[in-house]
Amino acid sequence: MSTVSLGMPGIRAYGSGNIIAAESFPDRAPRELANPTLRGNLDMAMHKIRTKRAIVVGEKDDWQQLRTAGSEIKQNVLANLPELLERFEAEFTARGGHVHWARDADEANRIVLDLIRAEGVTEVNKIKSMATQETGLNEHLEEHGITAIETDLAEAIVQLGHDTPSHILVPAIHRNRTEVRDIFRREIPGVSPDLSDDPAELAEASRVRLREMFFRNRVAISGANFGIAETGTLTIVESEGNGRMCLTMPDTLITLMGIEKVLPTFADLEVFLQLLPRSSTGERMNPYTSMWSGVTPGDGPQNLHVILLDNGRTEVLRDEVGRQALHCIRCSACLNVCPVFEKTGGHAYGSVYPGPIGAILSPQLTGIHAGKNSSLPYASSLCGACYDVCPVKINIPEVLVHLRAEDVDAKHGKAEDAPGGAKPARRSAPDQMDAIMLAAKAMFASGTRMGLAERGLPAGKLVAGRDQVISTLPGLIGGWTKYRDIDAPPSEAFRHWWKKNRPKADRRRPDGTAVDVLALIEENRGAAQRLHERFTGADGQGPSSADPAPEDGGAAAEGGAPSAPAVDDRGEDGDLYSRLLAVEREQIQREEATGRTLADYARGTEQDGEA
Amino acid sequence: MRIALFSTCIVDAMYPRVARATVEILERLGHEVVFPPGQTCCSQMHVNSGYLDDAHAIVKNHVKAFSSWDYDVAVAPSASCVVSLQHQQPMVCRRAGDEALAEAAEEVAGRTFELSKLLIDVLGVTDAAAQLGSYFPETVTFHSSCHGMRHMKLGSRQSDLVRTVEGVQFTELPGLEECCGFGGTFSFKNADTSGAMVDSKIRNIERTGARVCAGGDVSCLMNIGGALSREQIPVSTLHFAQILASTRENRLQVSGPVALAETGRGRA
Repeated sequence: MSTVSLGMPGIRAYGSGNIIAAESFPDRAPRELANPTLRGNLDMAMHKIRTKRAIVVGEKDDWQQLRTAGSEIKQNVLANLPELLERFEAEFTARGGHVHWARDADEANRIVLDLIRAEGVTEVNKIKSMATQETGLNEHLEEHGITAIETDLAEAIVQLGHDTPSHILVPAIHRNRTEVRDIFRREIPGVSPDLSDDPAELAEASRVRLREMFFRNRVAISGANFGIAETGTLTIVESEGNGRMCLTMPDTLITLMGIEKVLPTFADLEVFLQLLPRSSTGERMNPYTSMWSGVTPGDGPQNLHVILLDNGRTEVLRDEVGRQALHCIRCSACLNVCPVFEKTGGHAYGSVYPGPIGAILSPQLTGIHAGKNSSLPYASSLCGACYDVCPVKINIPEVLVHLRAEDVDAKHGKAEDAPGGAKPARRSAPDQMDAIMLAAKAMFASGTRMGLAERGLPAGKLVAGRDQVISTLPGLIGGWTKYRDIDAPPSEAFRHWWKKNRPKADRRRPDGTAVDVLALIEENRGAAQRLHERFTGADGQGPSSADPAPEDGGAAAEGGAPSAPAVDDRGEDGDLYSRLLAVEREQIQREEATGRTLADYARGTEQDGEA
Repeated sequence: MRIALFSTCIVDAMYPRVARATVEILERLGHEVVFPPGQTCCSQMHVNSGYLDDAHAIVKNHVKAFSSWDYDVAVAPSASCVVSLQHQQPMVCRRAGDEALAEAAEEVAGRTFELSKLLIDVLGVTDAAAQLGSYFPETVTFHSSCHGMRHMKLGSRQSDLVRTVEGVQFTELPGLEECCGFGGTFSFKNADTSGAMVDSKIRNIERTGARVCAGGDVSCLMNIGGALSREQIPVSTLHFAQILASTRENRLQVSGPVALAETGRGRA
């Protein structure tokens, strides 16, 4: 190459591959929502996996410290990424492996194709891997006459069904076992036409099919959960053992790893091997953890390659708020708790990274204006469940809002010059959202103006008509009345009522007396906990017949509010579901403030001093 | 104690009964309530919609409205708006390069409490029947809003208080940790997804058999109540302040799906 290096000009800014939504989330979601089988499959699976996770996480007294450790290790990785990657390269090479660098999806796919061609084969085995999904490796290989066999059971179901994955961890979560049976009957040669939908039978059918592949194919492709810089060790964490077969049986093993997957030391695995299985499958420990550090003569693959993939990651790293998305260890806990994902499933996100993490990762990897990715940060109610469960503390709601602002700024022609030479988006014509926000801003910028605007409230009462309920609204906000009514506004705003019913107060108190609020808080320390225990018992096991009577026997005793358990109609999952309620209830316990200032109390504790 | 009420824009304009109930409770406890008249909105709608530049002017207004008054603590009948003051306002200011306003916003937010937290942790109210004379003979379930539950770690403070009201028959809401689907502008920008979410919520509410679904944020309750009304499910939505304010002498009458508002279907 004859280009002159000017810092990092050789690095392409944005990523490519299967991470660009072709359709906007609000356009795609209704089709998914209209599929009752999908809704049923997701509802069942989501609640089950959520429950399992909540239970095993609840067992760990040091879970919050583990999360902090995971987050801090990842921050350290991002701060030292170049050095760590070079160290990894040196160690992996020293142990007989080959390291390749790929700037984007196309480059990664080309490198893999060349390596496979060098082996002269037309069929390879694959371990489930998000990085290869991201680059669209299978499709690329297919175009060049090479068949990649997915050996992960769920990934195999997706592949056999000519489908796309809808979940990071359980890519076939949108399928139930009857659908799986139909796919197997149709697609696996020689399978019994009487194959039932019994999970054991389905697993056996898949096992028989894959065993043959494991013995037959000499080349395998994997992703990597972790790459250890100090030892050049690659790590794969899985549940089925099919991954272990792929990693140990072939002669040639080609691994595609995102550059953010590097960890400084072997000891760092201690943290992540606790965080990952509990967060992802709800297991205390994953069944198979495979590690390989170079070539061992006469044992396992003798031809080892790793491709270090950027594909937009360096671009994400530039963004001080958004870079935390690179902490992600692909556990999928955020998908599993997400109420949006639970309804729409993963396909609505149009990227191999669905759910909350996908909503921040895809648009950052590709640049927010690639395809319809700018719709993804809005595909969230900002409920925060994802942040609560994230084992590496990615504040997903914060990044979602940050990306929305980036989108709006770009729309308004205020985006800074996009890196990598891309032109900033042009100012687009004001839309309905702009109009709503502008009007609201004008009103909210002054109490006087808001008071004047509220004089118009009775007009809304007129609009509402006799039943005082509004059932249709125009334009964009008509989305509200598609599913809900809205109350008629009141005849009088609170501020006007107040003015009429309370004497005008002075801004300053004449005597200047202030109450010592901190002393009051000190006095009431533990009050919330004691109150809570009155209804749950000190063990936090939820409301039950163990409801203790109030101590004072006063008026409250009469109102002693016995708690009736809600009817549980979830059948065999009911028991699990009740346990979830208990665990969740425990997890959302009120927290006593431990701070020093009033603000610490008003805010509620930010546990373990997170900034 | 002198308590400044931050009514929040949606309560001020749409659900004034909630602010009046808040005032009533605090005055019953012997405190002086003031209402800084310059107040409008916390800016959350703009922030969550990505209009952070516009939010700056709204933050400025809020800080000016509250820092020009003398009070011991401020209170809002909403966890969501208080969380916005605490977490979003300083961020909005810093993004606009306005460090002075960021610090002033932190000062105001640092003295602003969500209602149940003020009542329990500061004022020591742990028995509404005994300390407030609260009386409300109804079957009640409770929706815990996400921002109070997750950002503020309120836990069950709000519903625990409701359970100390004389006459309340309380039933836990299944799926209590699940979002109702409101999400501000999400509710109409992603109307179909939001609609599916609120549908799950109201089905769970229906399963409790309660006549009232209480909550601590009127935005969620507007969403839930609106869906209940559309589906003609005879459950009323109420803010917990309204239940605490209800007494034997002045009992809150519940007669329709949207008792939160002044008027509504079933109350004509």
